Amino acid sequence: MTLAAATHENLANISNTLIYSAMAVYTLAFFAYIAEWLFGSRSKVGRTAAALTEPREEKAAAPAVTARKAGGTAVLERPKVTVRATAGARDVPDGPGAHGGSEQGDLYGRIAVSLTALGFLLAFGGVLCRALSVERAPWGNMYEFNITFSTTAVGVYLLLLALKTNVRWLGLFLITTVLLDLGLAVTVLYTESDQLVPALHSYWLWIHVSTAILCGAVFYVGAVSTILYLFRDSYENKLAGGGTPGRFATSFLERLPAAASLDKFSYRVNAAVFPLWTFTIVAGAIWAGDAWGRYWGWDPKETWSFITWVAYAGYLHARATAGWKGRKAAYLALLAFACWLFNYYGVNMFVSGKHSYADVGLGVLQAAGF
Amino acid sequence: MTKTTTPAAEDQDLGAAGSQLSTAPSEEAPNLPALGVIGWARWFWRQLTSMRVALLLLLLLSLAAIPGSLIPQTGVDATQVADFRQRHTTLGPVYDKLGLFHVYSSVWFSAIYILLFVSLIGCIVPRTWQFVGQLRGRPPGAPRRLTRLPAHTTWRTETDPEQVREAALALLKKRRFRAHTAGDAVAAEKGYLREVGNLLFHLALILMLVAFAWGQLFKYEGNKLVLEGDGFANTLTQYDDFKSGNLFTQDDLDSFSFKLGDFRGTYEPSGPNRGTARTFEADLTYSVGAFGAEQKTTVQVNEPLDIGGSKVYLVSHGYAPVVTVRDASGKVVLDKEAVPLLPQDGNITSTGAIKVMDGYRNADGEREQLGFQAFFVPTFAGEGSGTMLSQFPALLNPRLALNAYHGDLGVDSGIPQSVYQLDKTHLKEFKDSDGELAKQRLKVGETMELPGGQGSITFEGVQEWAGFQIAKQPASGWALAGAVAAILGLSASLFVQRRRVWVRAVRGADGVTVVEMAGLGRSESAKVPEELGDLAGLLYERAPGAPDPGQDPEADQEPDPTHSAVPAEGAEK
Ligand code: HEM
Repeated sequence: MTLAAATHENLANISNTLIYSAMAVYTLAFFAYIAEWLFGSRSKVGRTAAALTEPREEKAAAPAVTARKAGGTAVLERPKVTVRATAGARDVPDGPGAHGGSEQGDLYGRIAVSLTALGFLLAFGGVLCRALSVERAPWGNMYEFNITFSTTAVGVYLLLLALKTNVRWLGLFLITTVLLDLGLAVTVLYTESDQLVPALHSYWLWIHVSTAILCGAVFYVGAVSTILYLFRDSYENKLAGGGTPGRFATSFLERLPAAASLDKFSYRVNAAVFPLWTFTIVAGAIWAGDAWGRYWGWDPKETWSFITWVAYAGYLHARATAGWKGRKAAYLALLAFACWLFNYYGVNMFVSGKHSYADVGLGVLQAAGF
Repeated sequence: MTKTTTPAAEDQDLGAAGSQLSTAPSEEAPNLPALGVIGWARWFWRQLTSMRVALLLLLLLSLAAIPGSLIPQTGVDATQVADFRQRHTTLGPVYDKLGLFHVYSSVWFSAIYILLFVSLIGCIVPRTWQFVGQLRGRPPGAPRRLTRLPAHTTWRTETDPEQVREAALALLKKRRFRAHTAGDAVAAEKGYLREVGNLLFHLALILMLVAFAWGQLFKYEGNKLVLEGDGFANTLTQYDDFKSGNLFTQDDLDSFSFKLGDFRGTYEPSGPNRGTARTFEADLTYSVGAFGAEQKTTVQVNEPLDIGGSKVYLVSHGYAPVVTVRDASGKVVLDKEAVPLLPQDGNITSTGAIKVMDGYRNADGEREQLGFQAFFVPTFAGEGSGTMLSQFPALLNPRLALNAYHGDLGVDSGIPQSVYQLDKTHLKEFKDSDGELAKQRLKVGETMELPGGQGSITFEGVQEWAGFQIAKQPASGWALAGAVAAILGLSASLFVQRRRVWVRAVRGADGVTVVEMAGLGRSESAKVPEELGDLAGLLYERAPGAPDPGQDPEADQEPDPTHSAVPAEGAEK
């Protein structure tokens, strides 16, 4: 027993070391992202302005034309597909990314991504050791929830990068908040590693909480791109209206993807994860049914999951309704994410309910009369 | 193709091509109706079932759900509500009026979701019919100008137009498009599953709501404290407390009984979380129906026993000191009686009352009742520490502390009384030699002598008890089925693209066939051009390109390149 306790403590210490190392590496990545943006600001781009003032032309999109040499004459392997923008949509090319086309910026960007990946591995190890040290899923309290959440968010980002999605521009914003999140975790929320109270012994815990964390990470990526969409959209509006945005705005927003691309990206991200969020709530209800004798009881956590769900459903509806696209829908998406955030932090900290084991590590059983 | 058309007519043509790519209602400006009740009713109905109002109601619903999470709710924690009422004497009555202590069953909350679901039904029924119509019909024919569509391609080939169309039809059908030839073009559509999914999702929402409401009306839920070795039969009279839905009747109680064997609790023995609960298990022997065979099972915190939809949950546990009470003459009036006490903290410091109702005679031979205030700790801090707070939840060093009273317990007054509390209005204290209330702390086996030879009480041992909640919420299976259907429908609705493809093949002026292909999706997704490219590539193999005549055949067909294409109706941007 004492031997096992010692190994557990060792693992918990290793986990802490790994989390701190991950924070250090993320900090380096943070500076590398900054360098990418700084070097990028030296290059002159001006593509957006050009696109908005010059007459538009149709552009070919995927699949690109591939030419094959056959007997000296070029034969088209497949016909070229021409894509045109929808009526009313601005036809603006995506920005080149944070490096702004500068080679040095790009180099720093690559370094930043590599560091992010390294930090992710360390953080992942930290979460894993924590899980081993407590012999359970590493999300029994707010500290564990936070380290798992930030690690998952970085994981989602790296996965999108690996899938060749144009998301490198997210890096700086993501790493900044991940650092804040981890800082909060190791200072304010730190909880000694501990096993679970009986109410948390359920495989639905694994399912419910892991999907909740994943949904949160994806919603978060969606929210960041929604905010950037709003900035980029007003920038494009200003340009299209003949105005001249400030120099900082130009330098910064110029390099982001076009507003339409950002908008579409955040819609995709939010829509894709919405069924999973629905599933998360259902899994939670099943668990509640086993643990508390009712599958739905308007406990604050349940209520806020429901509010978040309805808010995202409202957002999806808004996208399907003619008058609510674009900025209005974007505000709804942010509102929905705010609900999610409140559910995650606010409810744990300010509202007491059956889920309040999450911050103090006390038994839900106490609430239930144990 | 050479006919001249006005841009407006062309737009209309393209609009038809994109029409009915979904069954979403088109948004109209809310123009006021002609006078008359029917006119207004129709206007109101149309407003209610519009997407705009659905959106508003959704937002309202999430807004309305907020207060219930911040203000204590009777359904969740009635004592907190009472506490709140006491502390806020002005706000309390206002909240009461507004139904803020039971938000989720309040008039206004109900009004919102009922309106939403009326709207939903009003929306889903016509959409379903419309969709059935679309399935019966055929994809709309090709618009005149395929080059106007969001994704298109064209090439020239020596193959006959007819052969190209046949090849295209075969190709599209093989790719599981619904395709047909209309005039000089093939029209095809795919992705109906999206619409099916969307309809299924909204229908599933209705199913979930109905199942939930049904469950609320017929549910019951009660608590029962059971000592080790004791049993319970599922009848109303056996419950310690009981709640039920409005339409519940006694006949809805499932017939079963169970007996509690051993209860086991384990706790963290050391470290910073010393005393934190680890596992709780209760061994039950149960039988279903009046004469069912006995079965054995173990109930844990997350693993209730399920008997025909009634679930038996293990929700609490505590200790019951076993005592023997003798009267002044030495006659046993309570024989090894286990008295359950209520836990007060995580380490199961417990309090309660021991009551001797009848049989007791005092030293003068008079009938009297006895009452003891009981305090119990499973793990005592040690003599001299002065505290009666338990140090650990398991039975390591139990102590029972008693204050003794005699007189009238007040149990016959007709007013219901808590078994855990003494009503001291008609009780007198036993006084010790100093004239103080007689009290004593006992180890197992020790006896407290009542002053003046009035009798004694012996602490014989400790039993454990377990608290069970027995609950049934009918239709929860339906709710689950609805939830599963909703998730499946939602996934289909969000991940499946509904799109159309047209292939036109006509003989050009120089006798060479001109092939035009175009694709249109409900949302402008990268997948549509990608798929079109794939299809075009395959068709190109069947109808290889012919040399360019040196002049772009499109040049004279595209008089106004800045004119923008028409999107599908209600298309996702
Ligand atoms: C009970 C509340 C409701 C919820 C939670 C809800 C949820 C959703 C969600 C999440 C979607 C997105 C799926 C998709 O884009 O295909 C959707 C689509 C849709 N909803 Fe609802 N809905 C509700 C009520 C309604 C009502 C009352 C109406 C009719 C007025 C309606 C009409 C539609 C339509 C037409 C679509 C499809 C739009 C499209 O084709 O993209 N919904 N709904």
